[in-house]
Amino acid sequence: MRKEPISTSSEWTFELIERYDQEIGRIAESFKLDTYPNQIEVISSEQMMDAYASSGMPVSYHHWSYGKHFLNTERGYNRGQMGLAYEIVINSNPCIAYLMEENTLTMQALVIAHACYGHNSFFKGNYLFKAWTDADSIIDYLVFARNYIDQCEERYGVGKVESLLDSCHALMNYGVDRYKRPYPISAEEERQRQKEREEALQQQVNDLWRTIPKGESKEETDTLNRYPTEPQENLLYFIEKNAPLLEPWQRECVRIVRKIAQYFYPQRQTQVMNEGWASFWHYNLLHQLYDEGLVNEGFIMEFLQSHSSVIYQPPFDSPYYSGINPYTLGFNAMMDIKRICQHPTPEDKQWFPDFAGSDWIETIHFAMQNFKDESFILQFLSPKIIRDLKLFAILDDDTRNEFEVKAIHNDQGYQAIRSMLASQYNLGDKEPNIQVYNVNIRGDRSMHLRHMQHNRKPLDDNTDEVLKHLHKLWGFDIHLESVQGDTVTASYHCPPEPSGK
Amino acid sequence: MSFIIDRRLSGKNKSAVNRQRFLRRYRQHIKRAVAESVGKRSITDIETGERISIPSKDVSEPIFNHGPGGERTIIHPGNKEFITGDTFPRPPGGGGGGAGEGNASNTGEGMDDFVFQITQEEFLDFMFEDLELPNLVKRQLAGTEAFKYVHGGISNVGTPNQINIVRTLRNAHARRMALSGGKRRQIRQLEQEIQELEENHNHPQDDQRINGLKIELQELKERIKRVPFLDDFDLKYNLNIKQPLPSSKAVMFCIMDVSGSMNQATKDMAKRFFILLYLFLQRNYDHTEVVFIRHHTSAKEVDEEEFFYSRETGGTIVSSALKLMKEIMTDRFPIEEWNIYGAQASDGDNWNDDSSTCYNILNNKIMPQVQHFSYIEITPREHQALWREYEQVQGCYPDSFALQQIVQIADIYPVFRELFHRRIA
Repeated sequence: MRKEPISTSSEWTFELIERYDQEIGRIAESFKLDTYPNQIEVISSEQMMDAYASSGMPVSYHHWSYGKHFLNTERGYNRGQMGLAYEIVINSNPCIAYLMEENTLTMQALVIAHACYGHNSFFKGNYLFKAWTDADSIIDYLVFARNYIDQCEERYGVGKVESLLDSCHALMNYGVDRYKRPYPISAEEERQRQKEREEALQQQVNDLWRTIPKGESKEETDTLNRYPTEPQENLLYFIEKNAPLLEPWQRECVRIVRKIAQYFYPQRQTQVMNEGWASFWHYNLLHQLYDEGLVNEGFIMEFLQSHSSVIYQPPFDSPYYSGINPYTLGFNAMMDIKRICQHPTPEDKQWFPDFAGSDWIETIHFAMQNFKDESFILQFLSPKIIRDLKLFAILDDDTRNEFEVKAIHNDQGYQAIRSMLASQYNLGDKEPNIQVYNVNIRGDRSMHLRHMQHNRKPLDDNTDEVLKHLHKLWGFDIHLESVQGDTVTASYHCPPEPSGK
Repeated sequence: MSFIIDRRLSGKNKSAVNRQRFLRRYRQHIKRAVAESVGKRSITDIETGERISIPSKDVSEPIFNHGPGGERTIIHPGNKEFITGDTFPRPPGGGGGGAGEGNASNTGEGMDDFVFQITQEEFLDFMFEDLELPNLVKRQLAGTEAFKYVHGGISNVGTPNQINIVRTLRNAHARRMALSGGKRRQIRQLEQEIQELEENHNHPQDDQRINGLKIELQELKERIKRVPFLDDFDLKYNLNIKQPLPSSKAVMFCIMDVSGSMNQATKDMAKRFFILLYLFLQRNYDHTEVVFIRHHTSAKEVDEEEFFYSRETGGTIVSSALKLMKEIMTDRFPIEEWNIYGAQASDGDNWNDDSSTCYNILNNKIMPQVQHFSYIEITPREHQALWREYEQVQGCYPDSFALQQIVQIADIYPVFRELFHRRIA
């Protein structure tokens, strides 16, 4: 059954890449991987740095922060401190993947398996991506955004647009809808509707801020009704719709940043799963190639060398330690699902009665499609992985002078570690929960925000800086209260309250 | 289904715009860093790029984040000896408190500064920003100093050396034909008549008639002869038009005192100043030449190596160098072709009698012909006679003469900027 290897040297050619792609694609199909068509682009390392600088977006508007990112990457790369990622893949249809020309043939095959079949099928299958992103139109939208911002720069000046974008970027993480799904529209519609939106929006805003007196019941309404009636967590959305002083083009820019934040939101929530899934499949696909005799020992050794460095997890006391490696965690979790399906132990049967011993391909697709990092860990992290990675939990409580080990990888600790690890991947816990609580629409138009503390965690020193940006967008006073339970523990103001108050 | 595309040829530098935006935003930081580095740099690497570092708090993009404090539980891998319930003191410096937010700075490198590289081009641009050599533009645009003559047609007036011979002779020829045409016709008639008479020679009075005709013929020929070969109004001259010629060549005279009182450190400072001037000229003119003149009691034109590194002892007579400069200007650098710049560095020592001579040479012979002359005095001491004489020169040529005092290396760059600060035209 063994065939001739596709290649024996490490030099790649376009023919060989095509050949590998065909073979890997064939095997991927046999494992029921459903993918967008692939667009594989071979680029140079400079181009890779360019792509890096704009977080992989193939088209993006101009902004100094991307330049900063680029200078940083370039410096790291030139000093040999940092290798470039082997690949960048973009959630679009067709799915764009970049291969660097410096890579060896083995690496190119690895990247094809990892990005073009791993990430690609994840983008197409995972519920978050399905619900929140629109792979068909993202490139068009980015082009629209770039052109729009270019035009704004021409009309209103680079400096003005830049400072607006600075402010939007500061709030980018607060520009996402977490619960309701925006319905997708094509870029063509987007352009057409942009104009109407401009006018309609301004109309709406004007209405809200109507200065004609309304009559007697002023006092009452103020105390009874807050605006917004429900606290709003999407700060950028709130600003886009309600900020009194923004020009229509500024609202559109806010919207663009918000849309891009929304596009990246699923990626931020599925890092472990996404990388785990892609690593799992490059491992399996390339091993299948080897089993069929399409690649030789040299190929598979080079692959394993690179694979194991990608999924290496330095222990907590290593100088290289910087948190849990999402590749390691994800890859191990995926591999373990396969193992539990194929060779369940009594422990597995007790922990995972639902799928222990079931068809692994079905199960692993189910896991990929219906979870995000937080829920995936909660559902699928097995005691074996906790043991293998020797996970332990440290409690850091500022009211105590010492750290406490809350749980380790033993029978009593598995559940606790699993749920604590899961919450570590909950963006809601990771990012401060800040919402628009009230806007004084009848009075000084000030905006009141509330920070709901989680485990008494305070805000950091940047808060005042961010409020300045918020103030720039909103145009009137900003007040932020940090609330623990029902008591306000800290408050921030922009412009700052005069001291003594 | 896959498409494979080779994108390597389609442009890199997609980030060039973003990079420029970044540089623009932080130009104040970069300018400061450049100014500092010019002060510190050794001369030989003035033409390389520069590593710029900006405090990272200035380039940070603030977002809402959790600060230290509160209660948090963090999962770590690689447990070795801990068991549940173990406690241990909080590590100093709050390390480990960063809840995996990625700001733990255990990457081995300090995260205090944002460091990046600018190219040599950018470095020089920042260095020369806002600087403009005085009068450079003025002279280039006005073009009053140098001209070139171009052919501009034919004129009736001019000097003999501009006579257009072909045109002149053609004119003369035409005039001669015009003036003698009628007479030649008469001559031809007379000759014919004479011939006829001679052929039918019957009567004696015919002889008489022939003689009369011959006299008449002779007279006509005489008159044709009297038409001048060349007349005043035949003369045509080439007309040359004066066109202003912008000069794009510059010569820089470096004059330095190498007497015993100048030590190597002082010379190094002077050298930096000369190099800045040289780089600046190089960027503004197509072609730049440098003349090195060093002097103690007598002046000598030398090459660069000797200029900066050989040592001499003895007294100081500054005027010798100025005289030499004037001679070289006259010999080799005609003012029509060259933009002349002078830069003199000294510690201010001079024979007292000599300073007024310097004033005379500079004020009367050199200053009228140079674009700019700068004098730097590298000394922490009081000014002496030379400085005071030069102050008078500056009084006469406030635009094109500058003098400055330098005490330490870091002073050079500000002085340089001061000297060549963009003047409002």
